[in-house]
Amino acid sequence: QQQHEDLSAKKLRLTKPSKSAALHVDLCKATSPADALQYLLQFARKPVEVESVEGVVRILLEHYYKENDASVRLKIASLLGLLSKTAGFSPDCIMDDAINTLQNEKSHQVLAQLLDTLLVIGTKLTENPSVRMRLVEVACKHLTDSSHGVRNKCLQLIGCLGPVEKGVAKEVESQAAKDVQKIIGDHFNDQDPRVRTAAIKAMLQLHERGLKLQQAIYSQACKLLADDYEQVRSAAVQLIWVLSQLYPESIVPIPSSNEEIRLVDDAFGKICHMVSDGSWVVRVQAAKLLGSMQQVSSHFLEQTLDKKLMSDLRRKRTAHERAKELYSSGEFSSGRKWGDDAPKEEIDTGAVNLIESGACGAFVHGLEDEMYEVRIAAVEALCMLAQSSPSFAEKCLDFLVDMFNDEIEEVRLQSIHTMRKISNNITLREDQLDTVLAVLEDSSRDIREALHELLCCTNVSTKEGIHLALVELLKNLTKYPTDRESIWKCLKFLGSRHPTLVLPLVPELLSTHPFFDTPEPDMDDPACI
Amino acid sequence: MPEIKVTPLGAGQDVGRSCILVSIAGKNVMLDCGMHMGYNDDRRFPDFSYITQNGRLTDFLDCVIISHFHLDHCGALPYFSEMVGYDGPIYMTHPTKAICPILLEDYRKITVDKKGETNFFTSQMIKDCMKKVVAVHLHQTVQVDEELEIKAYYAGHVLGAAMFQIKVGCESVVYTGDYNMTPDRHLGAAWIDKCRPDLLISESTYATTIRDSKRCRERDFLKKVHETVERGGKVLIPVFALGRAQELCILLETFWERMNLKAPIYFSTGLTEKANHYYKLFITWTNQKIRKTFVQRNMFEFKHIKAFDRAFADNPGPMVVFATPGMLHAGQSLQIFRKWAGNEKNMVIMPGYCVQGTVGHKILSGQRKLEMEGRQILEVKMQVEYMSFSAHADAKGIMQLIRQAEPRNVLLVHGEAKKMEFLKQKIEQEFHVSCYMPANGETTTIFTNPSIPVDISLGLLKRETAIGLLPDVKKPKLMHGTLIMKDNSFRLVSPEQALKELGLAEHQLRFTCRVHIQDPRKEHETVLRVYNHLKG
Repeated sequence: QQQHEDLSAKKLRLTKPSKSAALHVDLCKATSPADALQYLLQFARKPVEVESVEGVVRILLEHYYKENDASVRLKIASLLGLLSKTAGFSPDCIMDDAINTLQNEKSHQVLAQLLDTLLVIGTKLTENPSVRMRLVEVACKHLTDSSHGVRNKCLQLIGCLGPVEKGVAKEVESQAAKDVQKIIGDHFNDQDPRVRTAAIKAMLQLHERGLKLQQAIYSQACKLLADDYEQVRSAAVQLIWVLSQLYPESIVPIPSSNEEIRLVDDAFGKICHMVSDGSWVVRVQAAKLLGSMQQVSSHFLEQTLDKKLMSDLRRKRTAHERAKELYSSGEFSSGRKWGDDAPKEEIDTGAVNLIESGACGAFVHGLEDEMYEVRIAAVEALCMLAQSSPSFAEKCLDFLVDMFNDEIEEVRLQSIHTMRKISNNITLREDQLDTVLAVLEDSSRDIREALHELLCCTNVSTKEGIHLALVELLKNLTKYPTDRESIWKCLKFLGSRHPTLVLPLVPELLSTHPFFDTPEPDMDDPACI
Repeated sequence: MPEIKVTPLGAGQDVGRSCILVSIAGKNVMLDCGMHMGYNDDRRFPDFSYITQNGRLTDFLDCVIISHFHLDHCGALPYFSEMVGYDGPIYMTHPTKAICPILLEDYRKITVDKKGETNFFTSQMIKDCMKKVVAVHLHQTVQVDEELEIKAYYAGHVLGAAMFQIKVGCESVVYTGDYNMTPDRHLGAAWIDKCRPDLLISESTYATTIRDSKRCRERDFLKKVHETVERGGKVLIPVFALGRAQELCILLETFWERMNLKAPIYFSTGLTEKANHYYKLFITWTNQKIRKTFVQRNMFEFKHIKAFDRAFADNPGPMVVFATPGMLHAGQSLQIFRKWAGNEKNMVIMPGYCVQGTVGHKILSGQRKLEMEGRQILEVKMQVEYMSFSAHADAKGIMQLIRQAEPRNVLLVHGEAKKMEFLKQKIEQEFHVSCYMPANGETTTIFTNPSIPVDISLGLLKRETAIGLLPDVKKPKLMHGTLIMKDNSFRLVSPEQALKELGLAEHQLRFTCRVHIQDPRKEHETVLRVYNHLKG
């Protein structure tokens, strides 16, 4: 034995005298596992040339077989993984060895590490279907392991390497890896939350690699939304989103009634539901994804802005509706009286669903969330949805305007930018403009400039509105002289956007002060003052 | 069948005088000990004689829990502990412990010094009572005794408000106190984990209301104040010293800061200053924004808000004044109101609920001519606004909390019976759990089905799980083992180990039976035939 080792060492030394030999000698010298670990650690710090990788791998494997201490084996396994990442090295030669060691390994940690190594090998050899097949089979075998770490890695491996193309090598597939989706799906109910998360992630990985997920997973995923662990819920939200993009038009039944709705609507409702989840990580995730669900029906969309107000069993109008009504009836500045919001129309008690329809008020919740991360995500989502739906843009305007008063500057800035992006679809009412203009006095320069940009491209409905904007902007000019450039630019665009509204104002403006004529539409050089 | 018994002594189908008795697995806990704002006789305190007819309370109650410092949740505490007599532990959170005595002292002063009542608790009693208080941290599990443990969760509502989980063995009850599911300017939202209690006792003040976005209300409020101040008018905001006052202060403070406004804001009474001090102190109990920025600037160190002096009320020019009490029934807020009521440029904003009969209620219902004491008639020309900034969860919030905690039963308190009825129906429909709403003095019994924990030896567990292929959580699993019941504990071990432990020898039971066979053949031939038959 000793002789043999010397022999091989010598042989190696002949070809590549540096690295591998040194390592070998060190490892042989090591008397205790701790020593060996030290040597390995030192070794890991230095880079290895491509030519010598194979030799090093051999030596490592050799020691692996002899080693009794699990921690050293663990380190070797991880080194193997690192080495196989080396560019230009083809790891198929060590794959067999790795698989063999897998079979005899007892320690769960080492097993997990070995599987990780295999994953690295597999990702390097993605073009080779038979290798992938084999690795997936190995992974399936170890799925029954009692340690969560091992199952985790197995699922990850399947997710990364599982066959994506249907019909290729059907007969091989039919054995172990007959249906990767089914195997992964079975682990949605694993007892360990980490494994459940890994299973969902693996599924998402498959999707990213181009596999069309089956619709059957949808109902499974929906159950996972009620999981006890936030990572699981967060991943499940993603999975549902993916499925809703894949099968937007298919029909799913609503439990407890015999109605059916489109899958995308159902998914939308469910994700909206998660906006009021207990964990803010999930809330952020859900709020973000909502933005990209553009296929959702408009009445579902509009529900997200209405918590369905009811007071004393009757329907109550929202303050926004009230504001609109006051506006249309002309008595804009009249105050609200005590009991003014007393409910008027009767509403059927049975028809009021408190949380059933899910979508109900999701954005109302999202926008007044405690964590500003959630609020920003909600604003972004609003932006994306509003860009694709003008009617929704109109509706969400009130909410966006409200966000201009957020405590956190980032949120304010974000909502101003959002507003600018959707400004093509909207026209500001006078009361809304009022709030918007109030922000002009903000002491942060970023906010002011963003607002100027916004005003450049907004539509204002009335002459009074324009006048208001002008007065406020000019007031601003005196308060913050540093903003001059930005304000002039803003005035210019504002003028050229609303020629008809500005026209009646011109005489007034001109008579008040000669330098007020900047906003005139035909005046295209505002810098002349 | 094990059971949990709940008896509200107050707040059963009612708001005020919160006091709920819970008996769980042989332990008796009293949740809150409040007074009723609406009464001035014996009915203002819960009827403690109900608890024990003639025994001592200390012997009967294992502990008392106070959810937050509002008087309808802690107002009867000194009466209960000092005058009726209770020496056991009283649990509350740190901020509650700090603020509670201030409010109690204030309450005592009003009742004894102003109204001249005798037979009321004294300052010394408040101090003695507070000595019995044990303060707890959020999410800290406190062992009251060997079996009973309690744990506090964040509840929003006011500074230091908490929900409590009471747990004995596997049975548990969660009491929410008052809570708020939407964060406000200074406090976060209530949060609870999926603790799956046997019973959730929830408040239901807004059982039938779903509120619209807070931001509308805030915007309205700011706009109204701003407009009035710009016009040169004075704004009066009657508040109670703690809770909403701080929220509105922050709201105005940040608005003033952002808009560079110069009009002065005043805050009346020394009580509030003391309270603000505590808000500064317990910064960890506030919301994300305040926690994050307090290193640069503590939000409760108001730059624009100054202490109010009586003489300021006659100053010319615009100003905003926060004054107590909140319902305009007495004190400073009423004085200022009388001074300002005549001018239509001024405005009064009522941020909360007003009890019938108070000046606040009268002007809100549109009365413009008020008869003050001394027969003089006060004409109200100033603008009157109402704006709800109440910090209770709305119906949707209550449902949300139920969804988060996943209780097996729900019990509603602290609300009006008619509204509760509606919410109860909704809860039963939505979550398929039973829901109760007992009146004061009425006992609700809930049967529980507690699981009994059994320790299993590791060897046995590994061996048994190795047999099954895929572990499936949803299905019960069949196992072979020996159950040992010893010293009040259960253990599941392998048969061999059980024998060893109990010092018993293994016995084999062999069952034999005799069969008569009529066979003409010879004996050994028959045996062989039977043997072959069995073998085949």
